[in-house]
Amino acid sequence: MKTPFIIDDRELGSFKVNRRVFTDPEILRQERVKIFDRTWIYAAHESELKAPGAFCARTVAGRPVIVVRGDDGKVRVFLNTCTHRGVPVCRTASGAAHTFRCPYHGWTFSNQGRLIGLPQADAYSDALNRDDLALASPPRVEIYRGFIFISFNPDIEPLVEYLKDAKDYLDLVCDQSEGGMEVIAGTHFYCTRANWKLVIENNIDLYHVATVHKRYFDYSISAGGDSNTLRRSGRGIDLHNGHAAVESTPPAGGRMVAYWGPPFPESMRSDIELRRRRIEERFGRERADQMTQYNRNLVLFPNLIINDAISVVIRSSFPISEDYVEITAWALAGADESAEDRRTRIDSFLTFLGPGGFGTPDDTELLESCQRAFANKEVAWSDISKGAKREHPRHDDELQIRAFWRRWNELMTVGE
Amino acid sequence: MLRHEIEDFLFAEAALLDDWRLDDWLALLTDDVTYVVPATDARDADPSTALSIISDDAKRLRARAEQLLGKHAWAENPPSRTRRLITNVRIRRADTTTIEVTANFAVYRFRGDVAETFVGRYEYTLVRRADGLKIQVRKAILDLEALRPHGKLSIIL
Repeated sequence: MKTPFIIDDRELGSFKVNRRVFTDPEILRQERVKIFDRTWIYAAHESELKAPGAFCARTVAGRPVIVVRGDDGKVRVFLNTCTHRGVPVCRTASGAAHTFRCPYHGWTFSNQGRLIGLPQADAYSDALNRDDLALASPPRVEIYRGFIFISFNPDIEPLVEYLKDAKDYLDLVCDQSEGGMEVIAGTHFYCTRANWKLVIENNIDLYHVATVHKRYFDYSISAGGDSNTLRRSGRGIDLHNGHAAVESTPPAGGRMVAYWGPPFPESMRSDIELRRRRIEERFGRERADQMTQYNRNLVLFPNLIINDAISVVIRSSFPISEDYVEITAWALAGADESAEDRRTRIDSFLTFLGPGGFGTPDDTELLESCQRAFANKEVAWSDISKGAKREHPRHDDELQIRAFWRRWNELMTVGE
Repeated sequence: MLRHEIEDFLFAEAALLDDWRLDDWLALLTDDVTYVVPATDARDADPSTALSIISDDAKRLRARAEQLLGKHAWAENPPSRTRRLITNVRIRRADTTTIEVTANFAVYRFRGDVAETFVGRYEYTLVRRADGLKIQVRKAILDLEALRPHGKLSIIL
């Protein structure tokens, strides 16, 4: 019998993941088909496309795509390949354009995808159908509150249904500013020499923070932070469909939305109080508490991370090989926040996050060393059992990681 | 010769970093030093309005150096080997107290069977103090399009 990918013994309270899921290139090949081509995949944020003509070109689920706001104001996603012979029609990462002209034979497409220019068009017979030769789109494109997703599965459920309980957690981010949220300039393009799922696990694993991130907490306590920051309470949450989150409080490092912390300037206290009151007016006491007093790390299955803690980060990642994942991260901010708030938000972000922060590089280091040590095939299983028998699993238990794995296993073994 | 003096200073600084003599390196910084590594897609942006890779004030930069000498900066424990090549040193502006300098760099890093290279341009603002030249602004602008395959920037560039 084939060794299973996971052993999920609820009665015993034991959950194990077979390490070949991190090392076998054949499993990655299947993941591309059974996961990345079957689910909703984040492509871009609407705020990256403010004016008509604004576009960004990036690789999503292995495909070079263009995300563009057409002259008609509508956001579309196109597969970045000329319908004539295949050359990408957009060759810069971002900008503004009314048209995309293929550099090979000069076929030209409007920013709404229509084929509008064709050198020597009179040489073609009536068989040439310009409608058929418009830029192609992924089978499905949907937007939830500014988050643009695509899917290569034409039969997938609508995005809002797909999000299940994660929708509410996205709302907790989107509702933080009355002026809407925007991606700010400056992108972190980096990678980890490890399997992509290790990065996902790590993001909703709060068990590791006291050991891996000691230097960050030492710094934050020396900067006036609450020394109780590691004695938080919280919970791990299965948001269904593989989406999962951890939520914990108190947020000792402060939350830009409306919770003052020692890294923030003293002068921000009164603004933060006002913001807190305003949020309470808009959403009620309970929701305001959740929005302002809890830090959250969220995974939207399969590969989107939205962390709403010392700062808000959007992080998308795509496997290049079984032991290498490309990561792109953006900072999300209130579109109408003051210059001081923006500066403080960026400062908070960079203290921990990103390839030069006091946190992320150490995660990267440890995930890469896991991957190397998986060469010890004799140790075949990783353990993800923490909190399995607890009635209310905590934020530093592993219920949320198991939620990811259960969905992953379901999709990978479908039809078996 | 001013450029000679500046080159000596930059080469000595590079040697301190390559030798992991970070305590001595910290003594080269002013109390209001800033250290910035801009994002690779926003190299000219203002670090107070755009996300950088690193944007340290004096306090965070000192903590960064001290952590690198401690046990818990896992990404540099054990420490990597580095070698900094600094060339094309140009004095862009100078008066009696302040000197603005640009230079090209290639920083090689070796660790755990991985070799990686960081290439780019420095922008320095140096100031003359009673005890010698000090660094007030230190900006390392990467030519890389992404931190790939590097994955992280755990050394001081």
